[in-house]
Amino acid sequence: MSVLTGGHSATDVARERKFGSLYSRNAKAVVGRGLMAAKSSTWLVMVSGFFEPVLFLLAMGVGMGSIVGTVQGPGGEEISYAAYIAPALLAVSAMNGAIYDSTWNVFFKMNFAKLYQGMLYTSLGPLDVAIGEIFLALLRGLLYATGFTAVMGVMGLLTSWWAILVIPASVLIAFGFASFGMGITSFMKTFQQMDWINFFLLPMFLFSATFYPLSVYPQVIQWFIQAMPLWHGVELLRQISVGSFSPATAIHVGYYVVMIALGIMLTTGRLRQLFLK
Amino acid sequence: MNRPTVISARNLTKAYGDLTAVDNISFDVPAGESFGLLGPNGAGKSTTMKMIGGVSQRTSGSLTIMGLDPESHGPEVRAHLGVVPQQDNLDEELRVRENLIVYGRYFGLPLSYLRPKADELLEFAQLTDKANSKVDALSGGMKRRLTIARSLINEPRILLLDEPTTGLDPQARHILWDRLFRLKESGVTLILTTHYMDEAEQLCDRLIVVDKGRIMAEGSPATLIREHSSREVLELRFGSERNATIGVELQGIGERLETLPDRVLIYAHDGEAALEQVTARGLRPMTSLVRRSSLEDVFLRLTGRSLVD
Repeated sequence: MSVLTGGHSATDVARERKFGSLYSRNAKAVVGRGLMAAKSSTWLVMVSGFFEPVLFLLAMGVGMGSIVGTVQGPGGEEISYAAYIAPALLAVSAMNGAIYDSTWNVFFKMNFAKLYQGMLYTSLGPLDVAIGEIFLALLRGLLYATGFTAVMGVMGLLTSWWAILVIPASVLIAFGFASFGMGITSFMKTFQQMDWINFFLLPMFLFSATFYPLSVYPQVIQWFIQAMPLWHGVELLRQISVGSFSPATAIHVGYYVVMIALGIMLTTGRLRQLFLK
Repeated sequence: MNRPTVISARNLTKAYGDLTAVDNISFDVPAGESFGLLGPNGAGKSTTMKMIGGVSQRTSGSLTIMGLDPESHGPEVRAHLGVVPQQDNLDEELRVRENLIVYGRYFGLPLSYLRPKADELLEFAQLTDKANSKVDALSGGMKRRLTIARSLINEPRILLLDEPTTGLDPQARHILWDRLFRLKESGVTLILTTHYMDEAEQLCDRLIVVDKGRIMAEGSPATLIREHSSREVLELRFGSERNATIGVELQGIGERLETLPDRVLIYAHDGEAALEQVTARGLRPMTSLVRRSSLEDVFLRLTGRSLVD
């Protein structure tokens, strides 16, 4: 910009230039491409990702729940077992939606379709691509979360108006997983390596206080699980679903904010390393 | 004619660890020129192209594209570039016309511009009737034409073509050359890598011959042939066992002699006269052919190797 434009300091200009090779404010073109491609693609895969947690809710919540009865919720009140695990499964649903788009989809586009190579030969910078792809993953997370929340409502598992906030909270969770997932995927070169992601996700799904409280574990294991992202998502949604908040709520949200920031930095850095070397 | 320089490279070098892919090369390309990089696989052509596109960072030297450094102004530089990579990277999840429109969106261009432009380019690439086909239903030549059409969506001032016709059948190549020739006529600067000498001769105003990352020679195809080869070449085949030993018996005919595994080349101003001398010595080649010198001969002369192994 010219010298006449006021309020434009030298550092601003320098920052713009440094950013200039990374970002051209056009992530919407990447999103547009994703939506256009989605028209003709894998609806079945999308639907299956949505049903997985629903099936768990039916089997564990309704089935197992009939012998478990009620359990103690986040605020100390007694809630049905299904109402206890439903927010946890919603967190899993948001995670699955985000992970599917940001890992397998990205892996394929990166290594086989050479899609990003083509994109980066245009005016797009790696940050545009990262933001666009992560946004698409979020969109899928949002779809899954909304659907699952509706199922919870139909099953009578939503007891507080606060519960409507589980949808934006699910998007936050999806954002964390999507931004990190894409960065991690950029290191993967083979299908075998991609399996490691499942190897990490499955135990996290089963053991992040999804089906029973964290207190069943010895202290050391508790600490370990509290370091994992899904636990924070499970706890956050569980608190929101009954409208019972504590200082820990802020920590859970903070965990995801940091995860998102680190994830975007990692992803952009990796895209630059891979395609603008 | 004094045309502005659109690409200027000075001591451009790219090293991957110990391997120097591009070794201290300098060249200038004026606007509207069709400039070729001719060399075998691994000569550093694609690496040079990537540096021009700003998707590969140089190790040292300087490079400006229309006055801008592609490293610090990547998106700006690429807004004026069209890129046809060595391997097609069309978007297989989109249909043919969608490929053009979505690619244009990557440049931030509005749909009101892109819709008619896409149709115009489909026409140019002779793909109008394939507009709604899936990409993987296209033949190799069609995919290549679509890639070229796609590269023109932003009306680039410079078009980078990395081995545009490799892997295509002769008919598809000729269609493609025709399209490229029209672009050249419309004033687009073409930067082209190839290991086909006929392609270089057809399309390039000027070229550099590169080998192992270095520039071996520079000039128009005709100048290079005049400077580095004779007017005509006599190709003789004596059978694979005799080819290697016949050299001695052919000494003194023509200006220079090159023995290849499958044939012997005699460089001479007058090929027919050289052939008469050969038969006069009582030598009976299985086949003989007199042709004009080509860039292939220039390359052989400069590097001692043939272009396509």
